[in-house]
Amino acid sequence: MKKIILSFIAALGLVAGAAQAATGGMAWDKAPNKTNDLPALQNGAKLFVNYCLSCHSAAFMRYNRLKDIGLTEQQIKDNLLFTTEKIGETMKSNIDPKQAKEWFGANPPDLTVIARSRAGAGGTGADYLYTFLRSFYRDEAKATGWNNVLFPNVGMPHALWQLQGERRAVFDEKTHAFKGWEQITPGQLSAQDYDKQIADLVGFLQWMGEPAQNTRVRIGVWVLVFLGVMTFFAWRLNAAFWKDVK
Amino acid sequence: MAEFKEISPNASAGAKLTNWFENRFPTAFDAYRVHMSEYYAPKNFNFWYIFGSLALLVLVIQIVTGIFLVMHYKPDAAKAFESVEYIMRDVPWGWLIRYMHSTGASAFFIVVYLHMFRGLLYGSYRKPRELVWIFGCAIFLALMAEAFMGYLLPWGQMSYWGAQVIVNLFAAIPFVGPDLALLIRGDYVVGDATLNRFFSFHVIAVPLVLLGLVVAHLLALHDVGSNNPDGIEIKGPNAPKDAKGKPLDGIPFHPYYTVHDILGVCLFLMAFTAVVFFAPEAGGYFLEYNNFIPADPLVTPAHIAPVWYFTPFYSMLRAITTEMMYALIACVVLAAAFGVLKGRMPAIFKGIIVVAAAVGVLLMLSIDAKFWGVVVMGGAVIILFFLPWLDCSPVKSIRYRPSWHKYVYAVFVVNFVILAYLGVQAPSPIGERVSQVGTLFYFGFFLLMPWWSRLGEPKQVPDRVTFAAH
Repeated sequence: MKKIILSFIAALGLVAGAAQAATGGMAWDKAPNKTNDLPALQNGAKLFVNYCLSCHSAAFMRYNRLKDIGLTEQQIKDNLLFTTEKIGETMKSNIDPKQAKEWFGANPPDLTVIARSRAGAGGTGADYLYTFLRSFYRDEAKATGWNNVLFPNVGMPHALWQLQGERRAVFDEKTHAFKGWEQITPGQLSAQDYDKQIADLVGFLQWMGEPAQNTRVRIGVWVLVFLGVMTFFAWRLNAAFWKDVK
Repeated sequence: MAEFKEISPNASAGAKLTNWFENRFPTAFDAYRVHMSEYYAPKNFNFWYIFGSLALLVLVIQIVTGIFLVMHYKPDAAKAFESVEYIMRDVPWGWLIRYMHSTGASAFFIVVYLHMFRGLLYGSYRKPRELVWIFGCAIFLALMAEAFMGYLLPWGQMSYWGAQVIVNLFAAIPFVGPDLALLIRGDYVVGDATLNRFFSFHVIAVPLVLLGLVVAHLLALHDVGSNNPDGIEIKGPNAPKDAKGKPLDGIPFHPYYTVHDILGVCLFLMAFTAVVFFAPEAGGYFLEYNNFIPADPLVTPAHIAPVWYFTPFYSMLRAITTEMMYALIACVVLAAAFGVLKGRMPAIFKGIIVVAAAVGVLLMLSIDAKFWGVVVMGGAVIILFFLPWLDCSPVKSIRYRPSWHKYVYAVFVVNFVILAYLGVQAPSPIGERVSQVGTLFYFGFFLLMPWWSRLGEPKQVPDRVTFAAH
């Protein structure tokens, strides 16, 4: 009996460990978790509104939800409300889908839950985005003049190139494997500062994917504490009744 | 009509109230006695016997959370995805309700698989419990339909393409297939019409069937009495009973098993809420990452996999290739030859076997392997219904079967888990071979059961259940 249970558990573990099929491509960098860091999230929101929202929407995210990351309604109105007048509106970009399709070959995807959808064998969705936004390079062969090592032939140009500066990707001539970066023009930020800004932006995207995620964990701890206490009483109640069963 | 009971005017208010109701609704009081306070369950239930109660608990969780989800969800291809995000963000506690429902779907299958495995271990489907088992299998089938149709509702990429793949399977049925697929979809591709009918089935039709079957499952169980890990009949004519005719090895379900189940429920809820609050996606198994991308009929995902609980059956579907058909044909020919040569029956029956086998082989050669894949996938579930007649062991419980039977069951479980694992993976040549062997083993386990379950020397079954006082 025990053997059967043990082998069953072992087999389940095997499945869980192996997880889903690998996707290949370059390894994803680990994104720092910033979903609890309010100044970082506020900075991420600023970057998102300034650099992403012109083309990408976050159509399920309301502006006033930004109060959750420590902003006041007035702050949101004064600093972040570019595409609409009302704070209860969702974050929709003003780009015309038809034009977007003409310019980039595809509609820029909605970013509300992008961090959740991009998770996979390589890591979390945040890891993917953190790697993606740091993997752009100059490629004159492309219509936008930009390409990406993580997502080859991506339709999106490097929206943050002024911060990072222009870079070239060096590939091995025989295997075409990616070897490293070569800076062409300097950016407004150092490489480290650029990574920090991207970490903030990705942190914001991750938070936006599920604004309740930290609340969920906090409540979960108390739910488990409660259930632990209840289990104790249920155990004693059970023992009290079953002591009579001979 | 039951006799009207008068009560003393000096009785307490509570007793008077009870009496008032008992005179007007005696059925409820009878039901309480028959199913709770005087339902005698064997006292030697072990860990495996919690999963029936837990399945009932999960059913209630699904219904209650489902009611609240329907208040905010919009079954409209243009709004469905958005409305789920609306629930996750704008509806107070919506995220909790939704995660409970999505985790509940997986939890349902976990407890039901364990519950079915318990039945397998202790021969709970054997006479006189055949109908209990059959109702249970029907519940499993309804549950699969319920889960499949519910999975379309979030209208993500996996919802959409999973439904597309599965509904297209029906198109493989000869003659009626394409029309049948059209009838299910209500359109030439999965679309708004499909979403609406799946919604209707998911929230009304299938739950009603499911509830009816659960009632039948429980009523039939309480008529014949529960089996136990020893596979001994505690209420049989020779079973030991006290002066009032109550079984000595049985105890009233209430309070003994209610307090037992409360403890089990607490432990289960700890695991359940841990997933809900700390890992609702369960690493992409309970909520697939691709499903956070809205359904797009123009973009087919690179890898379409059903949710984990369907993957053993999906593996068997994929295992049936044109090549595999020759293996299956060989099995049919061998089985027919064995029946004709070894079977002791009149020549006419042997003739029928030969003709049936010949027709079978002809059909297998002429119809596309995809159709047989569907037959195998369906058959893998349907075959469970016949288990009571396939198992011919002289004893019910694994405890008193020859020791090597345990290894057969262990291999069966490992095989099922491997099939589940392969069903999640993208197709590969090695995976295909392994799943083909796994499929043959799965069916061999059941179809050869009348033979292997008789083999070996069973151990002596005791007269009384094995029970150590707590």
